[in-house]
Amino acid sequence: MEEWRFAIQIAAFSGRGDPTPIAETEKPLPAAVKDNRDKLLERAMSRHQYSGDALIEVLHTAQELYGFLSPERLKTIARKLRLPPSRVLGVASFYHFFSLEPKGEHTMVVCLGTACYVAGALGLVEVLQRRCGAGSKVSVQTARCIGSCGLAPAVIADGKILARVTKASLGAELDRIG
Amino acid sequence: MSVKTLEIDGKMLTGVAGETIFSVAWNKGIRIPRLCHIGGISDVGACRLCLVEIEGQKKLQASCLTPVEEGMVVHTDTPKLRAHRRLIVELLFAERNHICSVCVMNGDCELQELATELGIDHVRVRYQFPSLPVDLTHERFGLDHNRCILCTRCIRVCDEVEGAHTWDMLGRGTNSRVISDLGEPWGASDSCTSCGKCVQVCPTGALFAKGKAVGEMRKDRTFLKYIVTAREKKQWIE
Repeated sequence: MEEWRFAIQIAAFSGRGDPTPIAETEKPLPAAVKDNRDKLLERAMSRHQYSGDALIEVLHTAQELYGFLSPERLKTIARKLRLPPSRVLGVASFYHFFSLEPKGEHTMVVCLGTACYVAGALGLVEVLQRRCGAGSKVSVQTARCIGSCGLAPAVIADGKILARVTKASLGAELDRIG
Repeated sequence: MSVKTLEIDGKMLTGVAGETIFSVAWNKGIRIPRLCHIGGISDVGACRLCLVEIEGQKKLQASCLTPVEEGMVVHTDTPKLRAHRRLIVELLFAERNHICSVCVMNGDCELQELATELGIDHVRVRYQFPSLPVDLTHERFGLDHNRCILCTRCIRVCDEVEGAHTWDMLGRGTNSRVISDLGEPWGASDSCTSCGKCVQVCPTGALFAKGKAVGEMRKDRTFLKYIVTAREKKQWIE
């Protein structure tokens, strides 16, 4: 079990970034929605007549409701849509939008677009990988160009853009959020 | 069924409408290199080794997916194609850890054969040396990710012929990896029937039978045609 989690982590680090995942997924859900999450997911599947073709839509709904896709959830979806589990995990791991691990309290998205890459964004990813390992409050993601090349290297910390980030300033930001 | 006439490497050949260039060529003894194609299952054009030049078209086409057309002039072995194929095989070697000298398939490996055919004696790109696991949890078979070239033959044969769809692909790009079920160890898979078809079709030593020493593994590449013909045409051919 441990091994494939590791593989997924690698996949998440290297996948093509979605420029705007944070605002949508990190919004706290109203209490009424939270209690009905299983029902809402069930409804999404029944709306598509439990068709296997609706896999991506259903995964989208699950991701938005729960914030991540656990193996148990993937198994349930596979069974209900009558799909092989391997295909469900294959699709979920292919798209960067889907997260297979619960997200931390904070999110750091490092831009790896050309301008940021040239300005040393890989060094920032290294710092984050070193400091925000398993059990950390901070989820680390990468993105391919967030469209702020003038600010390179750029990092999005909890939805806020940090400009011309250095290893030192990134360290200071991590210290600040704990 | 209409018949199409075309020229491949200077030979006038015929194929039926819908047949691929690859199939027509191989039926007439023109061996276009391939790693992801295997007779009996669908084609995906993943390995790009069967690329051919078609006169009048700028782009190279994967012959395993291109249907024959009337009057086509196809070249399967040009200096340009050889250069591309050589680079593709070199990239495959560099991408994972293909160490023939300690591989069970040494001497019967399709990747190794192809490299020999193309005269590859060294690799010009940097080796990646990824750290990849070996799954030996299955009772009879093993999966060595270090030898996998991501051709997806195992995935397709499991889905299309065995019908279990135990295998699929995790992730994307250079981090892709073949997984069973929900990424669990192969031995823990509920859907695997242990039929061994994936092992037989695997072109390299990525899937192998346990208990074989270096160079001892031999695979049967013809059984698939036998099974598929039997299923589709109710003919049990040799």
